[in-house]
Amino acid sequence: MYDFQLVKPSSVAEAIEALGAEDAQALGGGQTLLPTMKARLAQTDTLVSLAHVEEMKGVCTDDAGRLCVGGGTTHAAAAEALKSDYPALSSLAARIGDPAVRARGTMGGSVANDDPSACWPAGVLGSGATVVAAGKSGTREIGADDFFQGMFTTALEEGEIITEIRFPVPEKAAYEKMIQPASRFPLVAAYVAKFADGVRVAITGASSDGVFRWTEAETALSQDFSAEAVKGLAAPDAGGMISDLHGSAEYRAHLCKVMTARAVKAAG
Amino acid sequence: MTVTTMTVNGKSRSAPTEGRTLLVDFLREGLRLTGTHVGCDTSQCGACLVHVDGQPAKACTVLAQECEGAEVTTIEGMANADGSLGKIQQAFQDYHGLQCGFCTPGMVMAAASLLKENPRPSEQEVRHYLEGNICRCTGYHNIVKAIMAASGQQVEAVAAE
Repeated sequence: MYDFQLVKPSSVAEAIEALGAEDAQALGGGQTLLPTMKARLAQTDTLVSLAHVEEMKGVCTDDAGRLCVGGGTTHAAAAEALKSDYPALSSLAARIGDPAVRARGTMGGSVANDDPSACWPAGVLGSGATVVAAGKSGTREIGADDFFQGMFTTALEEGEIITEIRFPVPEKAAYEKMIQPASRFPLVAAYVAKFADGVRVAITGASSDGVFRWTEAETALSQDFSAEAVKGLAAPDAGGMISDLHGSAEYRAHLCKVMTARAVKAAG
Repeated sequence: MTVTTMTVNGKSRSAPTEGRTLLVDFLREGLRLTGTHVGCDTSQCGACLVHVDGQPAKACTVLAQECEGAEVTTIEGMANADGSLGKIQQAFQDYHGLQCGFCTPGMVMAAASLLKENPRPSEQEVRHYLEGNICRCTGYHNIVKAIMAASGQQVEAVAAE
């Protein structure tokens, strides 16, 4: 790892200020960024650790009944805090990586990184959540549909961090993933959420544009929330799917159907 | 260089660090606690697993300076006060839960984390919890047996997978 200066702010305001330095980079739980820096695929002059920003940790409920997960909440802490109020999202968090990764990796870090195979982006997009980002020009809210903009690309501006994500709670939801056994990332995973006004289906791991909504499945499931309704659909176009040694584009397109149907079944 | 201080196995310990110094290097190079192993150095294998403030952490993927003031437990902290093997360590010996021993410090620390949150895990739960710890010798069977034994459960029923 190339050397850098480590800064440890204890508030969001201090973190924003530190991130204003030239070539500064935010560090969440470090479970992706540190291995990347060790491989010298990333480097920075100033690394701003968010680990001690207590105001960005924990889960609460807002006046609209949404569950507000702090950006610095670890996967393990989120899994525990969401268990009774939003079991599907809790289950997503509880199945990320392994116990040591879950104890350090953070929700905000995962969403900001937007790995095309990450779990949290599927939960955020599938829930139609709202991302709260803080930067030097203040705090703003970004809808999930506008937030994810392609592989490792989000609506976050330079120096902005995710302080919180607000999740509306659906009537039913489930997350089903096919695990790539070496990395334990999803090969393909589907997050299905049924709200009073319709169904949302978010797919991660499949598309080279990152997490996406499978709108054909949403339309079908909004009329008939059953695994059979998914089985009647054509798989999404394999043209934009990831193809690598773990699975071809066609296989991933097929898995979109399989995992969506499983998620619908699991949601009950 | 900064001097970083944390409580390691109950004692306050300090060593010089840079921003990029990893916790595992602080322990091994700074404190000469070489029981914590570096296997893959890419946070896959779990040989470097330690506890930071009671939570499992892969010490190769944590910055030492982020642990300033933290309570850290390593494999050196797992023996009994009189120097004899702790319960989990003894079970690993009794059930031959190691061959080359390289992954063992991480396995023991992972087992300790598991048994803290789930004192009587099922065989399935043990296997699932160890998904971040890789052993290239034993095939996990005797490791699972050892952890079942350390939790005071019967091991006869543990079937090879």
